[in-house]
Order: sequence, then C-alpha cells, then structure tokens
Amino acid sequence: MSASLQRGVNAFKEVIDAPVAAFFASCVHCGLCAESCLFYTETGDPQYTPIHKLEPLRRVWQQEYTLLGRLAKLVGLAKPVTDAELAAWSPLVYDSCSMCGRCSMVCPVGNDITLMIRKMREGMAAAGHAPEGLVTATQRSIQSGSPAGVKWVTVQAQIKRMQKQFGIDIPVNLENADYLVLMSSWEILNYPEYLGSVGRILDNAGATWTLSEHAYEATNSGIQIGVSDLARELVGRIVKAAEDLKVKCVISPECGHAYTALRWEGPNLMGRRFGFEVKHILEVLDDLRRSGRLKLKGSIDKPLTYHDPCQISRRGGVHQQPRALLRQIAPQFREMSDPGVMNWCCGGGGGVSANERAEPLRTIAFKRKKAQIEKLGVNTVVTSCANCRVVIEEALEHYHMNIELLGLTELVAEHLAED
Amino acid sequence: MSGLELLTWARGPGLVLAVGICIFGVILRLIEILALGRQADLASPRQNSTGSGWRTIFTRSLPPPGMLRRAPLTYLGGYVFHIGMAIAVFFFVPHIELFRGLLGLRWPGLPNPLVDIASIAAIIALLALLVGRLVDPVKRLLTNAGDWLAWALTFVPLITGYSAYHHLFENYTLTLAVHIVSVELLLVLLPFSKLFHVFSLFIARWYNGEISGRKGVAS
Amino acid sequence: MSPLGLEEKMNRPADNTLRIALSDAGISRRDFLGFCATLAAAYALPASSVIVIAAALENASRTSVIWLSFQECTGCTESLTRSHTPTIEGLILEQVSLDYHHTLQAASGEAAERAREESMRANAGKYLLVVDGSVPLGNPGYSTIAGVSNFDMLMETAKGAAAVIAVGTCAAYGGLPAAQPNPTGAVPVSQLIKDKPVINVPGCPPIPVVITGVLAHFLTFGTLPELDGRGRPTIFYGESIHDRCYRRPSYDQGKFAESFDDEGARKGWCLFKLGCKGPVTHNACATTKWNNGVSFPIQSGHGCLGCAEPDFWDMGSFYKALSMPATPVRKAVAGAAAAGVGAGVAVAFANRAKKAAAKAAHETVKVEDLTKKP
Repeated sequence: MSASLQRGVNAFKEVIDAPVAAFFASCVHCGLCAESCLFYTETGDPQYTPIHKLEPLRRVWQQEYTLLGRLAKLVGLAKPVTDAELAAWSPLVYDSCSMCGRCSMVCPVGNDITLMIRKMREGMAAAGHAPEGLVTATQRSIQSGSPAGVKWVTVQAQIKRMQKQFGIDIPVNLENADYLVLMSSWEILNYPEYLGSVGRILDNAGATWTLSEHAYEATNSGIQIGVSDLARELVGRIVKAAEDLKVKCVISPECGHAYTALRWEGPNLMGRRFGFEVKHILEVLDDLRRSGRLKLKGSIDKPLTYHDPCQISRRGGVHQQPRALLRQIAPQFREMSDPGVMNWCCGGGGGVSANERAEPLRTIAFKRKKAQIEKLGVNTVVTSCANCRVVIEEALEHYHMNIELLGLTELVAEHLAED
Repeated sequence: MSGLELLTWARGPGLVLAVGICIFGVILRLIEILALGRQADLASPRQNSTGSGWRTIFTRSLPPPGMLRRAPLTYLGGYVFHIGMAIAVFFFVPHIELFRGLLGLRWPGLPNPLVDIASIAAIIALLALLVGRLVDPVKRLLTNAGDWLAWALTFVPLITGYSAYHHLFENYTLTLAVHIVSVELLLVLLPFSKLFHVFSLFIARWYNGEISGRKGVAS
Repeated sequence: MSPLGLEEKMNRPADNTLRIALSDAGISRRDFLGFCATLAAAYALPASSVIVIAAALENASRTSVIWLSFQECTGCTESLTRSHTPTIEGLILEQVSLDYHHTLQAASGEAAERAREESMRANAGKYLLVVDGSVPLGNPGYSTIAGVSNFDMLMETAKGAAAVIAVGTCAAYGGLPAAQPNPTGAVPVSQLIKDKPVINVPGCPPIPVVITGVLAHFLTFGTLPELDGRGRPTIFYGESIHDRCYRRPSYDQGKFAESFDDEGARKGWCLFKLGCKGPVTHNACATTKWNNGVSFPIQSGHGCLGCAEPDFWDMGSFYKALSMPATPVRKAVAGAAAAGVGAGVAVAFANRAKKAAAKAAHETVKVEDLTKKP
C-alpha cells in the first residue's frame, strides 16, 4: 500500500463535516488570522496566512459538498487538487503551523482554523506529503513505542536513577492504583527529574501510583502527523494498559500534544469513553493543593513568568492551575503580554520540532516569544511542556539569551513541605 | 425602459424574484452545511459548558486582546461599515415600511439626518477597506474575484441609496429604481458568495465556542 | 409709433378678440395683465414679455381647436371647465374657437361631425387637435364615434393639425384603460402620431392652469413650450411633488402620519407611509395647486396617487409606501422556501452519501503508507 493523491483526497472528503463547511462558507478573506499567527508576524510572508494553508481542503469542500461547486465540477470549471499542489502545501501545513490555536481565537467569523489544519493533515499524510522528520518519528513510535526510539530499558535506567536521587520507590505495573503516570520522550531523555518530582509529590499526598511497562510514552506522533489510524494505535496502548491495570486516573505529563491526544481526541479515536479519568499533571497538582494534600513552603526570590504551552492552556483549558500553583511559591510572578489563553506559541509544537525542514522557520518564529520575554524583562521563565522546554532552550542558545528555563512540576516538588 | 417602469418592476416582480432566490439559496446552503453533521464528542467536557456556543456568537464580535493594535483598519473599518449599514438598512423609515410589507413587523426608526451620517460613514469605511485590500499583502494573497464582487454588491446599494435620498442625479425615479435593483442583485447573489457569512457566521461561531467551551476555554 | 407697434396693435379694434370678451365679462385689464404676468413667471420669461403676451392674447384671432374624446371619463373637461365664477382659464377657452367637443358643443349627431369636417377643411394646417382618452387598438368596436373607430378618427383628424395636445394621463400615457391587463389594447396618442408635434399634458385630471398655460404659449409664440423626454412641458412637469411639497421637512425629520386622521396626520406630517407617490410624480400640484390655488391632495390629507405618471394604476397600492412591495410576495417566497428545503435535502443526501463512500473507501493508514512507493 502506498500513499497516493487519491487516498489524500479521499481523506479530505472523510474529514469534512458541518463545522468545516460552516467555516469555509464564512471566511471573508479579512486576513486577521495572519495577524495572530507568529509564523506570519515574524516573517511578514503572507503565504503563512492560516486560512491560506487550507486552500486545497477548501476546494475539495467546494467541489464535493456544495451544489454550485458540484455543478462547476460537472461543467469542467473546477480546479482540481493536484499532487503537486499538496507537495507545495506541505511546508505550509506542517512547517508553518504548530496547531497552536491562536487563529481560532481571533477569526471574526468564528472559524476554528486549527481544527481544520488537524483534519487537513489526514489527507496530506495519506497522500505522502508529511515531512520526513515526522514520518520517521511516527514510524519509531509505532514500531518501538517512542518517537525518539526510547525503549523500556532506557526508562528502567532512569527509574533507577530517580529512585536514588529522590529517595522514592517507583512502582511498575501496579494494579488498582490511583494514578498511571506517563512520560514523554523528552522527559525520559532530558528531564528525568519530572518522574522523581511526580513520585515525591504523589507519595507525599498519600496517593498510589504506577508506571506501565507497556505504555510509558504519552507523545502521540499520530496526532502531530495527522493520521488518526496511527494516533488510535498509540492511544490504544495507553488505554489498554490503563484498563488492564484498573487505574482510576491517567496523568498526562508535561507535554502539550500528549494531553490533546489522550484527553480530548482519545475517546473519539477509540470510539468509546474510557474507564478512567485523564488529567494533566498540573490538574492533579492543583487538585491536591485544593484538597490540602499539597503543601508548599519557601519561595522563589526572583521575578519570573509563565509560558503557556498552547495545548495545555488555550487548547487544553489548563491555564488557571499553573498560576494558582506559582502564586504559592513565586511572590514576584509576572505575566508577559498576551498571557493565558492568548499566549504565543514557542514555535515548535504540533510536530514542528520533529521536522528538520522547519528548523529555520521555527527559529525565526521564536522571535515572537523572545520579544515577549524581553519586553517583560525577567530572566526566569517557567513552563509545563517538555517540548516547549527543548524548543525554547535551543532558541535561547541561538539568540544568546541569558534566561533560566524551569519546569513547573519540578519547581513544585522542590518546594514541597513534606509531612 | 423608463425610470418609473424600472421602479415598478423592481418593486413588483423584481422583488419577488430576488427575495425568492435569496430565500431559496439561503435555505439550500444552510441545509447543505448542517446536514454534514459531526461526530458526537465522546471526551467528557471539563465542565458544564452549555451556552458557550451562544456566548461566542456575541463575544467574537469584539477584538481579542492585542489584536486591535495589529490590524486597526480591518477592525475599525469593519465596525463602521457594518454598524453604519445596519443603521441605514434597518432604521431608515422607508426601509422599515418595506420590512413591514414583507414581514408584517415594524419598529421605530431613527431621524433621517442620523441615518444619513451612518450611510456616509459606511461608504467611507467601505472605500477605506477597499484600499486596505489592495495594499495589504495578506489580503492581496487571499483576495479573488468573489471578494471584488461582494464589495461592489455591497457598495452600490449604499451609494445609490445615498444618491437617491439626496437627489444627486436629475432623474430621481431612475436613481431610486437603480438602488432597488442593486439591492435585489445583492439578495440574489448573497447565498452564493462570501456574503453568505451573514448567516453562516452564526453557525461557525457557535461551533467554535462549543468546542472550546467543553475544554473550559472561553473563545 | 411705439416700440414694436404694440400700442397700435392693442388699440386696433377687432370684434373677435379677447379684449371684448374680457370687458363683457367684467374682468378688469389689471386682472388680465396679472394673468399674463403669472404666465410669464411660469415660463421664466422677463417682465418685459408680459406686454408681449398680453398683446398676443388680446389680438390673436380665434384659433380653431378640435377636441377629440376617446376612451376617457370626461374628467379632463370637467377639470378645465369647472368654474363657478368666470375664470381666466374659462376665458382662454372662449378665446379659442372650440369647433368640436362632445360635452360642450351644442350640435349633435351628423351636424356635429359635419362641423368637425368643415373646421378641418377651413383651418387645414392651422388648427390645434386636443385629445383626451386613450385609443383602443384591440377591437375598434371598443370605442367609436358616429361609427368611426377612435384610431381612424385620430389619424384622419391629425393630418391637418398644426400640433396635437394629449390632455390627461389617458391620452398622454394610456391611463386607466391601459392598466393591467389592458383589455382594449389602449395606447397613448404619442404612440400613434409621429409626424406632428405632440405635447403630453398628463394628470388625472391635469391642473386647469397647466392646460391653459400650454394653450397660451401656443397662442403667444405660435410654438409649443419646451418639452422633457416624456413630451411634457418642463415648466409644469419639471419637478416632483416631493421636491416642492410643503410637508417635505416632516419627511426629512422622519415625522410620518401612520394612519388617516391620526395625530401625525392632523399635525400635517408627511404622508409617505400612507402611500404618497410624490417622490416619483412630476406635476405642478404642490406649487400651483387646484381650484385657483386652494389646495391639493396632500394638503387635504391624502397621499399623491402619481396620477400624472404613466402606469400609475399599476404602481402597487395607492396606500402602500413607495418602499413597500408593489405585488404580493408571501406566496412566492413560501414556494421558494419550499424549493430551498427540497434542494437542500437533496444535496444533503448526496453529501452524506459521498462522505459515507469516502469512509468506506478508507484504507487504514499504516506507517509504510506514509511515503509514496515509486
């Protein structure tokens, strides 16, 4: 079986629904979406206008699902979508879009452009026009369980280290626990302290938890490349493990699209509701705080700010919890401009960071975040997405910025008032 | 055909034709869009978010934080045009009589000088937006023949209505007839152009707010 | 000799001049000059022309006028001749030699027709032909005089006329007989007479002084006054009622009467909502008014019917505003809505079928499928 234009166009036809039709019918070409997209604002290149990235999908909608469009196609007046066109659109759909969702917040007629990009990627991928880096990451995810090729042995090594470093026991395959803890490849490789921090906090709160040997990876390349069939397989591994272990709640780690994949797309991919809850680690931490099971001590004596990961805040709805937590320990917490659900993307979400072809563009796009930080004038930035951390760290290096970047869960663990 | 003959046609068969085609087209397209349906969302919503869709229908009319500064012409031009046109269309007494004839509904009108100011403001806004569309690189990339047509379909009724009211041309009857015919052209093409956003934006905003509201984000 | 020899002309006795008729009727010279001044003002002529008009009118020999009445109601004649006291208008009519007029002539039957033919012969090329009523082109039997169809009589009588004056909206534009569905095939005079100057004096009926003003112009200058694109004298028909209406400020301020005799109506507010067609009607009613300037319909509280415009009977209800639909819309719209639902449902089914087919044609994407095989 091979990718083909026909499979691509067929996928376009499958994903078009009433919202998509309403969105395309309403677009008045006002261009405001471009003003909200960091890939446009930092390059000035109009081809990065969000609605423009959807042009092939729009034409399929018009020609297949509208009366006038069908008539035009019948009399040969319709411009068909070609393979060359999809090839040309690949950088627009994958490199210049992190599915951050700002355009969806801004469009005056109410278009959820982000939702449509996600749908359009189904056709792009089926037609063979997903970028190489993402294809590789997806292959590794399916075949080895992690987009970075991280295997269980690596995880085991990190478990040993964290048990020692944090002085905790890290259970594996424990049944009937309160929580199943997942991680993303970035946490396993770059920020293993996340695991230790979570363990310490949960132990302190008197909660039971476990890892699963068969589902340790939360990152979902299938969502990023936009192939629901593959996304389903990846989510399915977590669902099976969680239901086999009969956990009450699965904790999505500090990774943006992992949360989107499991919490919001998961049940729809699987075609059924789960037998367990799904929460982001920040939700769990805030739940514990409000129920008195998370007590914090000490404070950070420097001004700092919070970078909202797009999939957590704007597309996930978890934007008050990090602030509630930070206010406990950061008296000099300051918001950057456009805080909360209107915050700007780091530029690397939605598969962009796995896509080498997109690196130059991503670097330019980071200037938006750079401007936000510089305007605020603080030297410490806290965030809660491992992908954001990697992307921002690389960019800070590139732009020679002397900024300290911290993970929120680790910060909370550091200030834990242990009983 | 004389001005009065065109006027009588425009008030008679022309109106019937235009309103008929418009209603036909609007209903067709609404069903065409809605009948595609969407899969039920099996993910449990974060909270009870009923009303988010309806709320977004209203709130989406306001610029999100930081955007007004980035695109002042688009926002301000858009507001002045839409509000000015709405005042001219719905609060000019002769127009209210038209609606009374069509729908049996009536409401109080505004004094003619106010309607006049609103019309001028709308005309100026449309001209400014036209310039914007010609100059801004994003709009230039996006714009196609349909956009120019939609602009003309909207501009001509405003300018002919203004001209008729002020007797700017010698043949008032003909100017009035042209005004009504231009509105009828607008009605006929509305469902089949981007002007359909008049109706579809309510659906789009509703979906947007509903999808976002389930996640606990007011959009 | 005085300038232009007018004084001599004016003092020249003549037994068939207006001068005698005036003094017999007790109309003072001052009143007569006043009438001439009114005419001069109406035609925007300088003050010096008043004497010229007076001299011409006084000394003009009685022009022969033949008045043909076709499909008409006699309202035009009624309007022109309605006078309780001798008016100047009436006297102008005295000044012309009205050789043939159904309502006013003494003779009848064969004698009347012979009088007409005799006048046509004696004044060949010089008489004025006045027509009121429309001409049926359907069946000639719809309207005949002495067994002669209107069409035949018109064409025959027009041959020797100096000019034709189509009085009233029927003769000028077809009027009531031509209203939908125009069962008699009624047409205006100007559609039939192409080789003589035709002047339209529309109105249902026209204002008396408008017709006499036209006659006076002809008697004074020997020509018809300046006409607009519809053959109407611009002097009287150049402006709309709306532009001269004394209630216009109410329109501009948005003050409208909502129903007859309501508070707004009694306050003299604009009658636009009660169907006034003033904005699209051209006539002198708002300035010259009727019955020697006593009033006109709007002043009396009723909207203008548009009676001086063609097809005013088919302009939609007299009582529905100009901006209201002229024909019923509801039924057609209901049909269009039903058709929209039908078409929409059809397309909806087609859409869903297509989407289902796409879903059925879906081949599960595997990682190998993400790249194209050569």
